[in-house]
Amino acid sequence: MLFHGNGAEPQDVDPQIVTGVPEDHIITALFEGLVSEDPHDLHPVPGVAERWDVSSDARIYTFHLRQNAQWSNGARVTARDFVRSYQRMLMPSLAAEYAYMLYVATNAEAFNKGQITDFSKVGFKALDESTLQVELSSPASYFLSLLNHYSWFPVPVSVIERCGPINQRGNRWTRPENFVGNGPFVLAHWRINDVLVVKKSPTYWDAGQVRLREIRFYPIESFEGQERAFRAGQLHVTYEAPLSKIDSYKQQHPELIHIDPYLGTYIYRLNVTKPPLNDKRVRRALAMALDRVAIATKVRRAGEVPAYCFTPPNTAGYTCTARLPVDVEAARKLLAEAGYPDGRGFPRLTLMYNTVESHRTIAEAVQQMWKQNLNIDIELENQEWKVYIDNQRTLNYQIGRFAWIADYVDPKSFIEMFITGGGNNQTGWSNKEYDLLLAEADRAPTNEMRYELYQKAETLLLEEAPIIPVYHYTHPYLLSPSVVGWYPTLIDHHPYKYVWLNPQPEIGNH
Amino acid sequence: MLRFITRRLLELIPVLFIIATITFFMTRLAPGGPFDKEKNTTPEIRKAIEAYYGLDKPLFEQYLSVIKGYLKGDLGPDYKYPNRSVQELILGAFPVSLELGCLALAIALAIGLTAGMLAAIRQNSLLDYSAMSLAMIGICLPTFVMGPLLALVFGIHWHWFNVSGWDFARDRVLPAMTLGFYYAAYIARLTRGGMLEILSQDFIRTARAKGASTAQILFKHALRGGIAPVISFLGPAAAGIITGSFVVETIFDVPGLGRFFITSAFNRDYTLVLGTVLFYATLIVLFNLAVDIAQVWLNPKLKLE
Repeated sequence: MLFHGNGAEPQDVDPQIVTGVPEDHIITALFEGLVSEDPHDLHPVPGVAERWDVSSDARIYTFHLRQNAQWSNGARVTARDFVRSYQRMLMPSLAAEYAYMLYVATNAEAFNKGQITDFSKVGFKALDESTLQVELSSPASYFLSLLNHYSWFPVPVSVIERCGPINQRGNRWTRPENFVGNGPFVLAHWRINDVLVVKKSPTYWDAGQVRLREIRFYPIESFEGQERAFRAGQLHVTYEAPLSKIDSYKQQHPELIHIDPYLGTYIYRLNVTKPPLNDKRVRRALAMALDRVAIATKVRRAGEVPAYCFTPPNTAGYTCTARLPVDVEAARKLLAEAGYPDGRGFPRLTLMYNTVESHRTIAEAVQQMWKQNLNIDIELENQEWKVYIDNQRTLNYQIGRFAWIADYVDPKSFIEMFITGGGNNQTGWSNKEYDLLLAEADRAPTNEMRYELYQKAETLLLEEAPIIPVYHYTHPYLLSPSVVGWYPTLIDHHPYKYVWLNPQPEIGNH
Repeated sequence: MLRFITRRLLELIPVLFIIATITFFMTRLAPGGPFDKEKNTTPEIRKAIEAYYGLDKPLFEQYLSVIKGYLKGDLGPDYKYPNRSVQELILGAFPVSLELGCLALAIALAIGLTAGMLAAIRQNSLLDYSAMSLAMIGICLPTFVMGPLLALVFGIHWHWFNVSGWDFARDRVLPAMTLGFYYAAYIARLTRGGMLEILSQDFIRTARAKGASTAQILFKHALRGGIAPVISFLGPAAAGIITGSFVVETIFDVPGLGRFFITSAFNRDYTLVLGTVLFYATLIVLFNLAVDIAQVWLNPKLKLE
């Protein structure tokens, strides 16, 4: 039995409705996609599909599903199940927030936006019970990694139908009494704000591999509360360790604290639509005057990596070669060229962040560095979370903090963010060449060619600097030494079918 | 009596209506909406979600449909937890808060009344000073300090109780103590004040002169009048306690109603905000009614009307 501290209460466990990380943890236990993840580095390994063929133009994937893949009600997982799942995911009326993850398939976007209504025109076809064909609108060489995102997981549409209309939110098929899944575990018990329990599924095709009998996900929101529960022996693993405790754990219990790399970057967005930030020399000057080593090592202290580019190094083998360096001299020169020698006449900018203590400490460090290095004054302003998001979305800000955590292990998850009009761009920055490079990358037949285009794109992004990368995330958490098969991975996925507990007395009072 | 209660209950209707209206428009005026997230989806999908919940309609039309829903007993779907309805969330969490609240209230009354009365009888003695100092500390020590402190001592150090969860009977102890101590401190001070005032009155002196024992004086003559301030305090306080405490519930991971009050506002979970506010308002009105009745019973000089 694994006791898992899981952050917030899951909104739902319907893979087509949810969007968060706590939900992600639970859903990977309950469902399995066409491919699955290797426990060490998450590269795609056979899941429901035991093998697949790719056409020579890399646009058509043919998946051969295993005969013994079953739903927890005993029915076979068929190719038609996948097609119907994707149809539900893309129904405009369901309004699935992650529907755009499926847009790589031919006509998926048009169907989701209601431009076409005939689903047979969309690139998903069940050739027979066990053969699924996916046609992509362009050869996306990251496609297999994408399949590990839960938006691509199958859902039991015939079961959902019995619980209500499939194309509407609020369907109750994910209640324990109705639930049917195809993953290594099934939903057994769910009490809101208390616990969500999943039990080993006897119908899972690889049940022999699954060693945990049960996982109990506890939605303990406060990191301090999780740390207390961990210390009292009530949790095997926490969602995250409180920053204030990291140092003392490192000194006293280094065997309990884990700091994994995490595929995310902390940045400042710059609103490029308003002066003086519409001048890229000013933007670059601000970036180059920021001592990111000091922020990562002195302000944060959880092993974060100073960021000189947006995509974290070695994301699926991609490491950006361009750099937005720290160079105070050059920064001063740029600022002088832009008309503000020694910071004279520079308007008072406001840096905004949502009201969280850790954002404030970083912002204060930034404020001081800019004062010291460029002799400019900025104001800090904190805002309540929803107010903050609203102001970012409507470009009602000058400098704003933002964090981007990748959805799947590929540089595309980062670079795509700054495409013109992208939902998370929110800087007003738009560059035709950048958009073209990205479009070309989508058509690139191999990863090497695609990464080369990304290199160009990211170089351009850093040159234009609509953002200031600050640090690449790490994921600090507490883990009991009795947990085996839990490896540091880039997006905090730990495929539970490989996890087990060392035979030693069960922890806690349970 | 019955007329009084009926009238007060009828008054509840316009009160709730006004609160509902103010709450509805205040939540809608706050910037940001339930579907604003760090990761923004595409504008089309966003529109589709808003259309699904009717958030794209004119504000007044939304207001009317919400009121209509309430009249039919339908509090609407929750935005944050899409497969749950608001009444389901409230009715699921309320029993937990009620249980925790009653335990805390019992602790608070037991400790508070005893300490307050002892302090009043032995006014200005060491007993009085120590009881009142403890009460002062209890008031000043917020639950977010007291809670982790108790968890540290009784949970982590001595392993007597779990530090989080709500699975076993013993899981009630720490949260109930945290919440109870805080109110015990208030009640102790109020009791002392009320009792002192009564004890200095003529009829008590008369009773004493006639040879009544201390116990008789306290329980037969003084208590009824002495706890009047506590009763007035208990009305709104009890409504607050049994609808849950955000802080205590968060510290000990208790699945109660208190967390919904706060998080629903943060999440702009409009329907849940309205539901919890109206629920709370109803309870406050009912408890105040109960207090008024109790006051009349305790003090025959007062009349219901």
